Amino acid sequence: MAQQASITKTLTIGEGGTIISLIALAVASIIIAAKAWTPEYAFHAYLFAAASVASIFAVFNRYYARDAAPAPQEVDGKPNYNMGPVKFATLASVFWGIAGFTVGLIIALQLAYPALNFDLPWTNFGRLRPLHTSAVIFAFGGNVLLATSFYVVQRTCHARLAGDIAPWFVVLGYNFFIVIAGTGYLLGITQSKEYAEPEWYADLFLTVVWVAYLLVFLATIWKRKEPHIYVANWFYLAFIVTIALLHLGNNAAIPVSIYSSKSYIVWSGVQDAMVQWWYGHNAVGFFLTAGFLAIMYYFIPKRADRPVYSYRLSIVHFWALIFIYIWAGPHHLHYTALPDWAQTLGMVFSIVLWMPSWGGMINGLMTLQGAWDKLRTDPVLRMMVVSVAFYGMSTFEGPLMSIKSVNSLSHYTDWTIGHVHSGALGWVAYVSFGAIYCLVPWLWNRSRLYSLRLVNWHFWLSTLGIVLYISAMWVSGILQGLMWRAYTKLGFLEFSFIETSEAMHPFYVIRALGGALFVIGALIMAYNIWMTIRSPQIASEAQRPQLVPAE
Amino acid sequence: MSYEWFANFAQTWGLIGFMSLFGLVLFYALKPSNKKMFDEAARIPLEKD
Repeated sequence: MAQQASITKTLTIGEGGTIISLIALAVASIIIAAKAWTPEYAFHAYLFAAASVASIFAVFNRYYARDAAPAPQEVDGKPNYNMGPVKFATLASVFWGIAGFTVGLIIALQLAYPALNFDLPWTNFGRLRPLHTSAVIFAFGGNVLLATSFYVVQRTCHARLAGDIAPWFVVLGYNFFIVIAGTGYLLGITQSKEYAEPEWYADLFLTVVWVAYLLVFLATIWKRKEPHIYVANWFYLAFIVTIALLHLGNNAAIPVSIYSSKSYIVWSGVQDAMVQWWYGHNAVGFFLTAGFLAIMYYFIPKRADRPVYSYRLSIVHFWALIFIYIWAGPHHLHYTALPDWAQTLGMVFSIVLWMPSWGGMINGLMTLQGAWDKLRTDPVLRMMVVSVAFYGMSTFEGPLMSIKSVNSLSHYTDWTIGHVHSGALGWVAYVSFGAIYCLVPWLWNRSRLYSLRLVNWHFWLSTLGIVLYISAMWVSGILQGLMWRAYTKLGFLEFSFIETSEAMHPFYVIRALGGALFVIGALIMAYNIWMTIRSPQIASEAQRPQLVPAE
Repeated sequence: MSYEWFANFAQTWGLIGFMSLFGLVLFYALKPSNKKMFDEAARIPLEKD
């Protein structure tokens, strides 16, 4: 006690440095806001200024509330885990998930009923579509990855998260980037690169956040108590490092002026296209695959209470995926100005990807060996296992679609949209829901979820939604592709574009119905999580003996 | 550094380099004496602290 009293409370270097940087950012933002060329850009500059000022207050408030000594690394011989940022990112992922799914439903309805564009610039499909993709991939998926990576790296390294302010800066800064990106799309600020729409200033800010993320993650691994670095951490690290490279490569843009949101990319022509799809496909490979495979390798063994089926396979899976995925991007540019050899290279590597993808799927599924009965009683585990099955299905379909002759039918049609959603809804969202259902009771010290019945409802409603969605898109996509390539006896195109659109209407309605079911499922999840956190009696329930299901 | 030089390097030494690296990974993963370490590593998520 006396020892503690002798420490006088001062600002740490981290706190002081953060405050000075934020003051500088606030001043610069206000100057830019005053001289901005467009009101939309000025609005963003004011948002930066407001967020900086709010953060300065937050750092000071935290300083006055905290103890004089820094947070201990261990309490009673156990690691003193830092779960605050994990909790924030978990809740943020639920919020952004519902927002992103809802915008997806709106644009699905817009395609079926174009009057829903309302003839307003802010609500037209062109602006809402990137809002949907970014909200589900980067806001929902990104927060799930932040939450789970910070959780898993601490638990598997038996070490407290490195840094004091830094983890909070990563989580809050990332979410602020989402706000800038999303509001930018609605106001018409975009650099028109798919999945990389945010303009140069948002990209620069994200770069700083991402470097901090890498450093926090690496420093936590550095001070680990467990000598072996668990395979999930390898996947997370590959995700963080590769996304950093992709982000820098694809956003090498020069702004027109510091007072303008507009920038021009340094790459030109087909090089730009190739860099874009090197980015785009590896965003799938390293953000939506490697990151979520890390979730698979931690949460499925944990929930099933079984070790990973084959740890050897997980190592081969990791390196094979890393070595191969990075070359698959050119399959997005079949039959374009990209040199033919590059298209073929992309196709071949996409087909070779079958092996590591299915190796990983088998490893995930077989982890349930000896615990298959749990699928009957535990809907959370069922959700994660179905996600791995969807992973297998969409990584089978993807290489198939990358074959040039298949691609000539499927490309630019709804088949692609269906494929993306079997991966995004079936794999990414399901493994995320599973992880969130596991994380919430662990983080808030609850012995169980509020209701497993509600998880069951979530599971079946959204599974039905996914099936409606992807089967509607298969039919619609192949129909569209066949209509586009149909010729009359005289060699004229048989159908006009509008005729193909009319033919797709029923499938667009079915797709929107599937999307609505998926949104309802997510709302049920949000209610369940809210009630789990708000029900203190779940915490006080004594650990009752587990009922053994009848075999 | 010309395009031809770079392409030639990538298609020969680059290929050999990547394949040997992957060979090392396979050796590490399949080496029988590493089996015990991997079996322990597979249980890391199940540990209670």
